[in-house]
Amino acid sequence: MCGAKAGGPGLAGVDVATETIIQGSLTRDGEPVSGYVRLLDDSGEFTAEVPTSATGQFRFFAAPGTWTLRALVPGSSVDRAVVAQKGNLTEVAIAV
Amino acid sequence: MSRSDVLVDADWVQAHIDDPKVVIVEVDEDTSAYEKNHIKNAIRIDWKKDLQDPVRRDFIDQAGFERLLSERGIANDDTVVLYGGNNNWFAAYAYWYFKLYGHQDVRLLDGGRKKWELDSRDLVVDAPAPRPHTEYQAQEQDLTIRAFRDDAIKAIGSLNLVDVRSPDEFSGKLLAPAHLPQEQSQRPGHIPTAHNIPWSKAANDDGTFKSDDELKALYEGEGVDLSKDTIAYCRIGERSAHTWFVLHELLGQPNVRNYDGSWTEYGSLVGVPIELGAS
Repeated sequence: MCGAKAGGPGLAGVDVATETIIQGSLTRDGEPVSGYVRLLDDSGEFTAEVPTSATGQFRFFAAPGTWTLRALVPGSSVDRAVVAQKGNLTEVAIAV
Repeated sequence: MSRSDVLVDADWVQAHIDDPKVVIVEVDEDTSAYEKNHIKNAIRIDWKKDLQDPVRRDFIDQAGFERLLSERGIANDDTVVLYGGNNNWFAAYAYWYFKLYGHQDVRLLDGGRKKWELDSRDLVVDAPAPRPHTEYQAQEQDLTIRAFRDDAIKAIGSLNLVDVRSPDEFSGKLLAPAHLPQEQSQRPGHIPTAHNIPWSKAANDDGTFKSDDELKALYEGEGVDLSKDTIAYCRIGERSAHTWFVLHELLGQPNVRNYDGSWTEYGSLVGVPIELGAS
């Protein structure tokens, strides 16, 4: 992972105990990539979407359960299924 | 009114990028996105700082809107093209807001900032030279497109209420869209008899709007009686502005209002009925 920082954005100021956080980073060939990440619920319905940061990172405040992350970058999209729990960080590294 | 009167694609914007009578305006939820980069010649309107009363929860008044547009160099006969992040949520909100104050020619860039980026089109960092000051004349607010809390309560069981939030916000599982922290003061749930038709069902993954036929089938398939008046709401009125745009501007439904107080107001009212659970 040359230029990519592992994991999601920093957690300063975030109440991890009370939130259900899904976060991570988007990379291509180990380098952070700019794009968008969508959060889909267990029926595949759109719940939220964020642009990635300059270092490819993203974060969602979800609810406990099963979710799908869909990464959108120029020319491709990648889906990843995740299970989130309250008070536990769910870290997802997505390579596109 | 045809789709091209209210919606333009990226090629149209590219062809009019230097047209002095076309004002390209970026409106984002993340109001710093413009500083990172933006479409060439685009100016910024900040939905929070520019469009809201600084003290009360309400919009700037007619004179305030006139001052804002005059200062940004927007004339009454300019074509305003709005675009932004989050699949044009706040651009659609600004579109509805410009219509509220009677601006004639407003259009949305289909797909907004996201599609522009995913298509790898050019973005610039430098802001354009300020446009010359104008003497903008706004109309009084067109209250046929804006609903208030009493309208929402009266609509229960009689008009179409369309809750355009995600299913988990509708059912009460989440209190805010999942890119925001969930600590909120209001009660979870939805207005009784509301149909849950998330705004996102009206858009493709790249943020562009679906076809008119697909959109009509969507609302009718979810039980919305298009012969009745409709009130759309979400959390603060931006996603429901997106649905207002679909119903009123794309499908040409005559009586559609956006309830901008939305769930952050309704869910805090004392004594009003609330329903929990999925639709």
